[in-house]
Amino acid sequence: MADTTMAFAQGGSNGLRVTGESDVAHSGPAPKRIVTGYGFWLFLLSDIVMFSCFFASYAVLVGQTAGGPRGSQLFDLRNVAVETGFLLLSSFTCGLASIAAGVRNQRWFQAAMAATCLLGLAFLTMEGREFAGLVARGAGPTRSAFLSSFFALVGCHGAHVSAGILWLLTMMAQVYAKGFRADIQRRLLCFALFWHALDIIWVAVFSVVYLLGSAV
Amino acid sequence: MFGKLTWAAIPLDQPIPLVTGLIVILALLAIVAWIVIAGHLPYLWREWITSVDHKKIGVMYVLLAAVMLLRGFSDALMMRSQQAIAFHSQGYLPPEHYNQIFSAHGTLMIFFVAMPFVIGLMNLVVPLQLGVRDVAFPTLNSVGFWLTATGALLVNVSLVVGEFARTGWLPYPPLSELTYSPGVGVDYYLWSLQISGIGTLVTGINLVTTVLKLRTRGMTYLRMPMFCWTTLASSMMIIAAFPILTATLAMLILDRYFGFHFFTNEAGGNVMMFMNLIWAWGHPEVYILVIPAFGVYSEVVSTFSGKPLFGYRSMVLAVMAICIISFMVWLHHFFTMGAGPDVNAIFGIASMIIAVPTGVKIYNWLFTMYGGRVRFTTPMLWSIGFMVTFILGGLTGVLVAVPPADFMLHNSLFLVAHFHNVIIGGVLFGAFAGYTYWFPKAFGFRLHEGWGKAAFWFWLIGFYVAFMPLYAVGFLGMTRRMQHYDVAEWRPWLILAAGGAVLILIGIICQVAQLVVSIRDREELRDLTGDPWNGRSLEWATASPPPVFNFAIMPDVSGGDAYWTMKQYAREHGLQGNERAYRDIEMPRNSPTGFVCAFFATIMGFALIWHIWWMVLLGGIGAFATFVVFAWRDHDEYVIPAAEVALIDRTNLEQRRAALSLAGSV
Repeated sequence: MADTTMAFAQGGSNGLRVTGESDVAHSGPAPKRIVTGYGFWLFLLSDIVMFSCFFASYAVLVGQTAGGPRGSQLFDLRNVAVETGFLLLSSFTCGLASIAAGVRNQRWFQAAMAATCLLGLAFLTMEGREFAGLVARGAGPTRSAFLSSFFALVGCHGAHVSAGILWLLTMMAQVYAKGFRADIQRRLLCFALFWHALDIIWVAVFSVVYLLGSAV
Repeated sequence: MFGKLTWAAIPLDQPIPLVTGLIVILALLAIVAWIVIAGHLPYLWREWITSVDHKKIGVMYVLLAAVMLLRGFSDALMMRSQQAIAFHSQGYLPPEHYNQIFSAHGTLMIFFVAMPFVIGLMNLVVPLQLGVRDVAFPTLNSVGFWLTATGALLVNVSLVVGEFARTGWLPYPPLSELTYSPGVGVDYYLWSLQISGIGTLVTGINLVTTVLKLRTRGMTYLRMPMFCWTTLASSMMIIAAFPILTATLAMLILDRYFGFHFFTNEAGGNVMMFMNLIWAWGHPEVYILVIPAFGVYSEVVSTFSGKPLFGYRSMVLAVMAICIISFMVWLHHFFTMGAGPDVNAIFGIASMIIAVPTGVKIYNWLFTMYGGRVRFTTPMLWSIGFMVTFILGGLTGVLVAVPPADFMLHNSLFLVAHFHNVIIGGVLFGAFAGYTYWFPKAFGFRLHEGWGKAAFWFWLIGFYVAFMPLYAVGFLGMTRRMQHYDVAEWRPWLILAAGGAVLILIGIICQVAQLVVSIRDREELRDLTGDPWNGRSLEWATASPPPVFNFAIMPDVSGGDAYWTMKQYAREHGLQGNERAYRDIEMPRNSPTGFVCAFFATIMGFALIWHIWWMVLLGGIGAFATFVVFAWRDHDEYVIPAAEVALIDRTNLEQRRAALSLAGSV
């Protein structure tokens, strides 16, 4: 074993190749941007799995109104449509912020992020008013299993948007203080992925909770 | 001010938890005092607590698992002795205490022994086997570990402040709802698992990204060691399954804290939804645990048989098949709960099908040994012990997968025997095999073989003596979790089982002795070659313990069994090239983020359990501030200059050369 254990130590970069395979099938570790983005995609997938549980519980419990109000009696689709408009628009401004970060334009970046923040806050405000209205009408989450699952699913999305806004403000401050460093650019990439993913989830919330739920 | 927390939370009337808790607290204080007085604190802080090195994090995971194993095992001893005594009597453990013990035993053993043990091994080994310098996200790795430690800490705090859950290791509603469990026990369970669950998820993401995106040059998928494959499978299952646990526990939290009706008996809540959700996580979970252990056996069997793994591709296929099928069998955990014959039949068949890829693996290991020159070292003994034991556990598993049989055996001690059979015989033996196998890589010296073999035999025999009787009393109709009983036929079996637990205790004492003796005799057991077992994969190509950057020059892989191939090539073509072209290496800087974040998470978790809302806010703000401070730092990497790399590497090479020439002359 003596001589062979030294093989690696001796060989190293000097091209230890057994068969004369000319094509290196794998060229080594991916660059940091790819690695970070990839990891964050995996996180988003796990987050979507979590949401899917809340969707499933909503689907199971949607008919369990315990003699209380149903979706069709509670949901104001016009209100939800405006909410949706705010959120989709915020994805657009978030895209603008990504472009501004790509060309390292501080002013446009901050403006687009601020717009994203305001649109997100508008969305949250409308959602909060909807929730407060329901509770005031005696249709809070403790009223029935249906309302529990409704508040949990929509609230979980709202909590994500709130966390996203906290992240957004942190990123604005960081870009303002530190500029478009490579690691900050990677964080911006993750933030953008997160924000757009929340949009996708909202599309599902809109369809499953509000549209299908209104039919019950 | 302090929510539900009052002096009544300290169990002054219950001597067992109180005394145990006091002893543990005193022991901890003594250790901390010794560390501070002896001046080890700066070293500990610099080299371990703030370390983002995957090897050190891996070691800390295994250490956490080992300590929690002692705690979980003392619970087991208490249960076995209680059941041996409590015939026609109350025994020595009152029911409310006994219920906490079996709940804590299961929770600890799954979440804070088995999980950290396998995650620790994966952390330690996978980057080395892939030929890279660290995992994809080193700081997050540290955060993950410390959050897991937070969860373990909270479970143990429940011993002296308040109580632990009395609901079993899975808190089935409606028992776990506020109406029937008004105390903080279930809350301890919920928040410990939510916090450590985040840690586990982060680790899963980290390891999948590492395996898929950070392999060294030439390390194609089908050249990866089997342990990397099993890590990939297990981590992908973590990503897919743990969010289900998080969501399910979140629903139970909403029920308990805000009066929601997910799983309540009133207002339309659906208890069966909890069963489905928790087992949609729970069944994949057992494969999350056992698949990395399969990876360990693959490495060990192939190394100590001196042969490549038999049927490598079929093994990859089997692992990936299990990865998918494990998500399709969850309902077999509650055949008796009214799903109906058609549904039961489908899930019964799926549960039998999943035994097929596992059977394939057993044959692969057997054929790897066939015709090989088998060395019966301690890791190999654990592997062979596993094969025999796991086949038995697998067969009883197929038996309970048959719904009519399950109707007879559901919730009996037969079931308890079955899952201990697969988890001890599968996961724990694998963890011990991996611990012995990779210990020299982590520390630079081997573990004492004699004590290791003694530990193995006591564990193996102890396991059979402790759990075969449980199959028997299961057939005799004894249900699980009984605090006392009046059936005379059960008693001899339960006394025998308690004897088995004592044998296992001796096994554990042997393991502690092994560690102590090995540290004492470390110079005799020293391995300077970096390759003590004549290994096959890249972790043996670097020094033991490896330098912080793992490889001075990242290896270039040209075939399966990468290091073996290199050694083989050198045998045939002689050694070539003496001077290596060293370059500067960038490594991530240490960071206290993980530790500080876990500190705030502990505060927050404790406050949430006791409804101390201002403290929850404090913890939350602290954790957020920690991340902002981390994000604000300007230098997250440091450079090791090429000259220093060369120095470290040449020292390693000198040591290897000296050791090898010494070995050659003997």
